[in-house]
Amino acid sequence: MKTLSTTATENVSALNHVSMNRGRSIWPRIRTYLLQNFLPPLVILCLLLGVWELLCSGTGATLPPPSQVISETWELILDPFYDNGGNDVGMGWQILASLERVAVGYSFAVIVGVALGVLVGQSTWAMRGLDPVFQVLRTVPPLAWLPISLAGFQDSNPSAIFVIFITAIWPIIINTSVGIRNIPEDYRNVARVLRLNGLEYFYKIMLPAAAPYIFSGLRIGVGLSWLAIVAAEMLIGGVGIGFFIWDAWNASLISDIILALVYVGLVGFFLDRLVAMLGNIVTRGTSAS
Amino acid sequence: MSSHYLSIENVEKTFEKGSVRSHVLSNINLHIDQGEYISIIGHSGCGKSTVLNIVAGLIEQSSGVVILDRKEVNAPGPDRALVFQNHSLLPWLTVYENVALAVNKVAGRSKTSVERHEWVLYNLELVNMLHALHKRPSEISGGMKQRVGIARALAMQPKVLLLDEPFGALDALTRAHLQDEVMRIHSNLKNTVMMITHDVDEAVLLSDRIVMMTNGPSASIGEILSIDLPRPRDRIALADSPRYNHYRQEVLRFLYEKQRKLEHISPKHPPSQARSAQSLPGGGSGSSPSDAAAGVPVLQKVSGAS
Ligand SMILES: Nc1ncnc2c1ncn2[C@@H]1O[C@H](COP(=O)(O)OP(=O)(O)OP(=O)(O)O)[C@@H](O)[C@H]1O
Ligand SMILES: [Mg+2]
Repeated sequence: MKTLSTTATENVSALNHVSMNRGRSIWPRIRTYLLQNFLPPLVILCLLLGVWELLCSGTGATLPPPSQVISETWELILDPFYDNGGNDVGMGWQILASLERVAVGYSFAVIVGVALGVLVGQSTWAMRGLDPVFQVLRTVPPLAWLPISLAGFQDSNPSAIFVIFITAIWPIIINTSVGIRNIPEDYRNVARVLRLNGLEYFYKIMLPAAAPYIFSGLRIGVGLSWLAIVAAEMLIGGVGIGFFIWDAWNASLISDIILALVYVGLVGFFLDRLVAMLGNIVTRGTSAS
Repeated sequence: MSSHYLSIENVEKTFEKGSVRSHVLSNINLHIDQGEYISIIGHSGCGKSTVLNIVAGLIEQSSGVVILDRKEVNAPGPDRALVFQNHSLLPWLTVYENVALAVNKVAGRSKTSVERHEWVLYNLELVNMLHALHKRPSEISGGMKQRVGIARALAMQPKVLLLDEPFGALDALTRAHLQDEVMRIHSNLKNTVMMITHDVDEAVLLSDRIVMMTNGPSASIGEILSIDLPRPRDRIALADSPRYNHYRQEVLRFLYEKQRKLEHISPKHPPSQARSAQSLPGGGSGSSPSDAAAGVPVLQKVSGAS
């Protein structure tokens, strides 16, 4: 990075020279980076695939080996965005449908969760009243909420969204309230001396001071919502990666299931990284004092 | 009602936690004129910070009143700006933003945005921090953080500047440097200052009067020493001044003879001696050997006693 920026500021007339220079100094670094970060997981992956291939190649195997998975799902892999109407759409659409539900449910969870977390963190009375309720409710498994929400909403889509909401909200509430309660007395005193009003205190002191905690709650929350959506969709049907898996099971398309699992894992991984990255950007400098 | 700028009248403080009551301050009376520089010195835990926080309005006294500029103080406000021992800058804001937060809040209506910007820079220039405007607190040294804390407090244009061991966490050289800057700023701006310190040299060098507090519990003001040294004061020249050394010894005598006797009666605070004794050579030690030598016999006496 450093060499890149210094070479970029060098004289333009020496462009040729610069690009040569850059090529020489950057490539070894990229190569070591790739070697260090991608080679080990790649080796392990190949090994695992090899073992799997060996285990499932026999005649009595119940699951397909990776080679068969790829050949059977090749069309799905090639064209993730086909649309034959109804539930018969590509994997891309299935995942986007699931992501949309997660986005809606998770957004509600963020707003309500941070608000409740601030309340519980700020007010001792709110904490005494609400904390026991939260502690009990958060242990209820996500899917146990589904029948209740189906009864309440009378519709499958809002019910799935509600399940996401109720799954993601607890870690957000709890982490936010811990973050608020851990705001150093000094920062409160600064606010009092400056006579910041409630809103200014909220935006200028409370949110930034609690941001590292809030983001760790958000990160746990997004992971849990992705876990819950797959299970919820299996039950409610419609377009979505969860129901796709269920549908594939009913049609005995084991290879499709395996492909879907790979996609679910990758998307979950990227969601986690996305929130972690946002957190790093927002809380830059906050944690170190 | 008195004619003084800042009056602390019959202030008492009792902390209550459940059934445990601790009487920390008893009968504190102090009158400060405009532009005066007052130091409060006393053993650790005697209640110095409590006095300062009552003046700041951050702690409510159990009885008594604090009157500043003919108005009773009963809530915190920017007219009593506080510099904390541990700087308390907001770590997510840059140096500039930390000061700007205060300026925008305090002078949001009275100044235009250009004036506010210039006022932030002016105050950071006072403490020589213009070079690190866009650094965050984690990227600057302890001494620099303390400077920014002072700039933030000055930028509020307070009626009294309250300093709670502002240089306590700094090394001797940095401390001496900052003391000189505070003296310079005080002589230019004529602020009224209340400063808590553990450092005898610092107290004598900076103050117009030194308020010496007795040991807790139920601490009160033991003696008040007027420091009649001409300003501007120069630490190196003062090291040889008999008057300066006389003042030093007055304070040391109060802390280690008069107040030591009390500790036999209430042997609750032995560590306070060690802590204060360590800070004795303080800001002056780097520049004046005779200064440190004067403190040595007293130091030995203290360590021999404990
Ligand atoms: N919130 C509180 N509740 C109960 N007791 C307290 C509280 N704050 C301070 N005290 C007690 O009051 C006494 C004086 O405390 P204070 O912080 O004012 O001392 P200090 O002179 O500033 O000490 P130091 O020099 O170590 O900073 C101490 O004995 C302390 O235990
Ligand atoms: Mg203190």
